[in-house]
Amino acid sequence: MGTATPVDDETGLIAQLRAGDESAYEQVVRTYGGRLLAVTRRILDSEEDARDVVQDAFLNAFRNVDRFEGNSKLSTWLHRIAVNAALMKLRTRKRKPEQSIETLLPFFLDDGHHEERFRSWEEPVDIAMERAETRQLVRAKIDELPESYRTVLVLRDIEGLDTEETAKMLGLTANAAKIRLHRARQALRTLLAPHLAGPASAKAGETPGGKLS
Amino acid sequence: MRCRELAEFLMDYVSGELPAENREHFELHLTRCRNCREYLVQYEGCVKAGRMACDEQSDELPVDVPEDLVKAVLAARKLDPSS
Ligand SMILES: [Zn+2]
Repeated sequence: MGTATPVDDETGLIAQLRAGDESAYEQVVRTYGGRLLAVTRRILDSEEDARDVVQDAFLNAFRNVDRFEGNSKLSTWLHRIAVNAALMKLRTRKRKPEQSIETLLPFFLDDGHHEERFRSWEEPVDIAMERAETRQLVRAKIDELPESYRTVLVLRDIEGLDTEETAKMLGLTANAAKIRLHRARQALRTLLAPHLAGPASAKAGETPGGKLS
Repeated sequence: MRCRELAEFLMDYVSGELPAENREHFELHLTRCRNCREYLVQYEGCVKAGRMACDEQSDELPVDVPEDLVKAVLAARKLDPSS
């Protein structure tokens, strides 16, 4: 049982876990560990912390497997435990001084206009995101966001939590969570735009496909 | 409404939470300002891109867990008195 394989019989696996079957623990770690690591890496920027958190999450899950209710999937349950463990880690570890987000927000002239003239992206985002390299780029840029903004963006836009849940998990007011999400999205746009914009010299109307109007 | 205010209201507009009166001003500005239309498209694009890039089903996310992590978890579990 060396590699990650989809679990056909979750109920059987859970029964084995509850019975303390050693091979079941291993199967769970091999099956879900990689995905959980991807999740904790997104929240924490230290590889060591991300791994520690995955380990904590599994131990926590194994301890509480009796409380697992069959109405959600095992993967969903583990995912939630890992997210919670990652947030706990964020809260307890020493805050690193954080890069300011100001330089990644739009600048305005005195008359209230944007300072920048935004260049259209080369193709619609759905098309661009079909390429693995673009997806990789987006993940890398999310990782570049200052931590307190990245976590809000991850919880809201990627994990799909609502404002209230996000605020609660991070110990923020709902309003603060909203402001941070907005800034995080704007900052992500600033980071992505140079990579997604069409060529500066493109003659109007000549770029094939993907006109964003 | 100027570009500066429009940028401020963007999130509420996108989520449909902008009050009707502000929405009117917002949309009026959009019809007149190409730059803000482009900004809106890119803002929404980023939300979508983030979601799509981190989709758990997407092929390139690691499915295999590092071997040393597997070993560490299983070893820690054996030592865990409460499991
Ligand atoms: Zn404008």
